[in-house]
Amino acid sequence: MKRNTMLSIAAGVVVIAAVTLADATLGRFTVRILNLSAIYIILALSLNLLNGFTGLFSLGHAGFMAVGAYVSALLTMSPAQKEMNFFLEPIVPILATLQIPFPLALIAAGTCAGLVAVVIGVPALRLRDDYLAIATLGFAEIIRVILTNTQNITNGAQGLKGITKYSTTWVVWSCAVLSIVFMLALVRSSYGRTMKAVRDDEIAAEAMGVNVVKVKSTSFVISSFMAGVGGALLGHMITTIDPKMFTLILTFNILLIVVLGGNGSITGSVVGAIIVTVLMEALRFLDMPMNFLFIKTDGLPGLRMVIFSILLMIVVLYRQKGLMGNKEFSWDGFIGLLSRKGSARNGGRP
Amino acid sequence: MDIATFFQQVANALSLGSLYALIAIGYTMVYGILRLINFAHGDVFMLGAYFAFYAVTALAMPWGIAFIVAIGLTGLFGIGLERVAYRPLRDSPKISIMISAIGASFLIENVGIVLFGGRPKSFPSIPLFDTVIHLGSVSVLSVSLFIPVVTAAILAALLWMVNGTKTGLAMRAVSTDLDAARLMAIDVNKTISMTFGIGSILAGIGGIMWTMKYPQLNPLMGFMPGLKCFIAAVIGGIGNIQGAVLGGFLLGFIEIMIVAFLPELTGYRDAFAFVLLIAVLLAKPSGLLGKNQTVKV
Repeated sequence: MKRNTMLSIAAGVVVIAAVTLADATLGRFTVRILNLSAIYIILALSLNLLNGFTGLFSLGHAGFMAVGAYVSALLTMSPAQKEMNFFLEPIVPILATLQIPFPLALIAAGTCAGLVAVVIGVPALRLRDDYLAIATLGFAEIIRVILTNTQNITNGAQGLKGITKYSTTWVVWSCAVLSIVFMLALVRSSYGRTMKAVRDDEIAAEAMGVNVVKVKSTSFVISSFMAGVGGALLGHMITTIDPKMFTLILTFNILLIVVLGGNGSITGSVVGAIIVTVLMEALRFLDMPMNFLFIKTDGLPGLRMVIFSILLMIVVLYRQKGLMGNKEFSWDGFIGLLSRKGSARNGGRP
Repeated sequence: MDIATFFQQVANALSLGSLYALIAIGYTMVYGILRLINFAHGDVFMLGAYFAFYAVTALAMPWGIAFIVAIGLTGLFGIGLERVAYRPLRDSPKISIMISAIGASFLIENVGIVLFGGRPKSFPSIPLFDTVIHLGSVSVLSVSLFIPVVTAAILAALLWMVNGTKTGLAMRAVSTDLDAARLMAIDVNKTISMTFGIGSILAGIGGIMWTMKYPQLNPLMGFMPGLKCFIAAVIGGIGNIQGAVLGGFLLGFIEIMIVAFLPELTGYRDAFAFVLLIAVLLAKPSGLLGKNQTVKV
């Protein structure tokens, strides 16, 4: 027990040192990928909370991210910036001059996404499985259509440009670590156990006195809060947002991470987020025009997504558990693995 | 709004509703048998349109033959899709099958982008479908009249097949109880393949007629119609063919009429279907023509 705590602290120190070092030495492009992984960790954890721990299959994540991104962007933009953005139709007066500090805006983003989830959850959570998936997807599309059409609040299809770049390495990684710690605590709490009970057998859980509706809606709201924060961080990183960003494709990417990492594993989501983000960037060359010696090919946009779709299909068809199954990383397991390898090297003798 | 414009809109709604109905039938049949939302159905619809496009342009076939070839290929594709993406997962948790379906949908879309190119293509004009017909003061494209007629014919044939033939009986048996059907010596796999084949053929026909009416093809063209037709199937009561047709027409009429009478809502057009879906699910979760099912513990 004591050994494990010390190891955890040591690992924490190593992570902080690594992030500091990476932020200081690596190029802007690499740091960007690193930070994107942190944001995807938050998003994957929030989807995993629904999908893996509560057994609610939701496809509406992009909608909550959009809410978070827009709220935070609109609350932090300077009045001058807003005037520049809203050239087709002036912004509503209340929002024109409103500007609050970034941390508050981030919380507001999460809260708004959570509130939207409360409203959506009342009808949607009465549905099960695939109906829930379609209904949440429908709500996400409705949110997107509303964002496209409310010209004087969201600037419609033009989107918002020149959002302040608050998502520094420290901000995103702090949020990511906070989410991981929060999820670990949540899943291990009695509340986490009721969530898993609902996932495994709703009727049995209800018979044991679990308030299924409450558990489901709480999980939905928490997940949406995290998605809102993740969306806001994404907006402050890319610095431009528009409604087209938040389509099902975005949800699909997050789903890919969750499935690849293992439905119901926090470790899996973290590892999956990093792998998928790095691969996404590393495989970007596939979409570009290629040049092998004298043979030039035109770019094949979409090839990258083909590979990701195939990856998802392979995981679902041949390894449904993903990388981690529903297991978590633990020092005992890790050390056990190391010593087993070590003993294997000694010809099986300990 | 004068009466001519109104009838014009009715004609539009009738053809859009027919297209929705055709695609919705595919969803409803597959759901009825496997309890699976075939997310890739909209993409099968897209493939049907592209097959026809390439048969007409690249292979220079006369359009009649090209359409038959394209419809056949689409049907085969649907059967293949089931074999590759759904059959291995038949006993897996529902979430896995759905993820596989979403993966298949994205795979088809992106392979489409790679192979067909992301830029929209326009279907060469076929005079028979492109002439403007004047009925009194109403003028409509001939294809808008063809679509409801073809749909009605197909629907009649389909209902006869499902209710009057042995294959249809097998389909109904499998959809009622897969295991019991197997015990009755019904070849379940063959029946499921058959269902996917028929659903995909309908999607192919829908896709081709869609491009006759809206002659622009792009690899993502199946996404929105696919979603909306699933919604149509749910509204009508999923698993029920008449319900899917009812839902399709309802959705087509609502979309066209709201845009026609309340033009300021045009931007929200794609949201109507979802609002309708949520309203129906709240009021009558089993859909308009669906039967209530009690879950036994």
